[in-house]
Amino acid sequence: MSSLAVSDDHADTATPAKVIQPGWVRVLHWINAVAMVMMIMSGWQIYNASPLFNFTFSSSITLGGWLAGGLLWHFAAMWLLMVNGLIYLILGFVTGRFRRKLLPITPSGVISDAKAALTFKLSHDDLSIYNSVQRLLYAGIIIVGVVIVLSGLSMWKPVQLYWLSALFGGYDVARYVHFTCMALIVAFLVIHVALAVLVPKSLRAMIIGR
Amino acid sequence: MRRLRKLLIPGVDKKLLVRDAVKVMPDLTRRRFITAGASIGALTLLTGCDVVDSSSAEELLKKVSKFNDAVQAWMFNPDALAPTFPESAITKPFPFNAYYDLDDAPDIDGKDWKLEVRGLVENKKSWTLDELYKLPQVKQVTRHICVEGWSAIGSWTGTPMRDFLKRIGADTSAKYVWFQCADKDGYNSPLDMRTALHPQTQMTFKFADEILPRAYGYPMKIRVPTKLGFKNPKYVISMEVTNDYKGGYWEDQGYNSFSGN
Repeated sequence: MSSLAVSDDHADTATPAKVIQPGWVRVLHWINAVAMVMMIMSGWQIYNASPLFNFTFSSSITLGGWLAGGLLWHFAAMWLLMVNGLIYLILGFVTGRFRRKLLPITPSGVISDAKAALTFKLSHDDLSIYNSVQRLLYAGIIIVGVVIVLSGLSMWKPVQLYWLSALFGGYDVARYVHFTCMALIVAFLVIHVALAVLVPKSLRAMIIGR
Repeated sequence: MRRLRKLLIPGVDKKLLVRDAVKVMPDLTRRRFITAGASIGALTLLTGCDVVDSSSAEELLKKVSKFNDAVQAWMFNPDALAPTFPESAITKPFPFNAYYDLDDAPDIDGKDWKLEVRGLVENKKSWTLDELYKLPQVKQVTRHICVEGWSAIGSWTGTPMRDFLKRIGADTSAKYVWFQCADKDGYNSPLDMRTALHPQTQMTFKFADEILPRAYGYPMKIRVPTKLGFKNPKYVISMEVTNDYKGGYWEDQGYNSFSGN
C-alpha cells in the first residue's frame, strides 16, 4: 500500500497532467455508452411501429423484438441514461470540468483546428487538452443529449408535461426533434469511435485513465 | 402522417391497412422481447446474470415495467387535464386503427345492443343505447396518442364516466373498471378507478357530432385522453367494477398497463 501511495504522490507532483480522464468520467462514460446503445436500438424498434420517414430500421439492429419489447427496453434503459446523465452534468459543473475542458470555443479556433485535423496536422500530444473541434463536438453533444431527453419526456407525458410538449411545438413536432437528436448522436458516435480507433491512446485514457 | 392518411376509411388503401394490422398483431416470435441481434444489450445489462438466457432478461424488463407503473402513478397527477384543441385542429380524416382490417370490425346492431354492468355496483341493470343517449353529454376535442407513436386530434361527445358510475351506484373505492368489447378475439382493457373518475374520461357516442361510426367503435367507445389509444376501448359491451386486475388484450402482451400520457 505504501509504495502505491508514494507512486501516486509522485505522479501528482511531478507530472500532474498524467491522469487524462478521472475515474468518475470513465465510469460515467461507459455506463452512458451502454445506456445510449440500448436507447438507440430500442428507439429504432419503436420508430418502426410508426415510421416518420419512408424507411424502417432492419430488425437485426433493433432491440426488443417488437413494439412492446422495444418500449420495455427503452423505458428500462431510460433510468440508466437519466440518472447517469444527471450525475455527469452535476459533476461536470461542480468540478469545473466543463468550464476547464470545453471552454472557450471560438469560431476561428474551430476553423483552424478543423483544417489541421483534415490535413492530419492536428497534435494529439496532450490528450488532457481538447482542441477546438473536440470542444465544439463534446459541448454540442451534451446539449443534444439534454434535448433528446427533454423531447423524449414530452412525448412520454404530453398531458402531464404539456408545457414541455408545447415548448417543442406539440407532440408531433417533438417526435421529429427526438429523431433528429438521435441522428445527431449516431453521427457523433461514428466520428467519435472512428477517431478513438485512429488515436488509440485516447481510448486507453478513457479505460485506464492514462 | 402522410402515410397514415392513406390508412383512412374513405378510399381505404387495403394493402397498407392490412400491413398495419399485421404489424400490430401478436405472434409467437413477437412474444420474445430479445432478438438474436440484440444480445449486446442483454449482455451488458445483465452482467452477473445468465446472459445467454434471454427469458431472465424478459423477467427483469417486466419487473422494471411494473416499477415504472408504480413510479408514474406516484409521480404524476392523475387528475391533470389533457390539453384541448379548437375544432380546426381536428385530424381529417381521423385514422382507423386496430389489429384487424376494417371489414372485420364488429358490425353491431344498435337496437339489439345492451351495455352490461357488472361487479361492485348497486344497480346492475343493462342499458340500451336509447337510454344511454338520454344521459347528459359533453364534447371534447383532444389528442389521441397511439402506443405506436402516431397521434390524431378528434372530437368526441358522450357522458362523463364519473357521472355514469355515480348513477349506477358504483363502489368508486374499487381499483378498476374493466371493459369487455365485441372485437374479434375479445378485446378487453382495465382502467384504474382514478382515471375512470377523471373529468375527461368519457363514454363516447358521437364522433365529430355524428353518431359514432363503425370504424371508431359503434355503438360506444371509452375515450380516455390521459391514456394511450389501446386503453380507449371501442365496441364496448360490458363494464365491470372490480378490485381484481383482470389484464387486458395488449397489457397481457407486454404493453405497460399504466400507459398514461
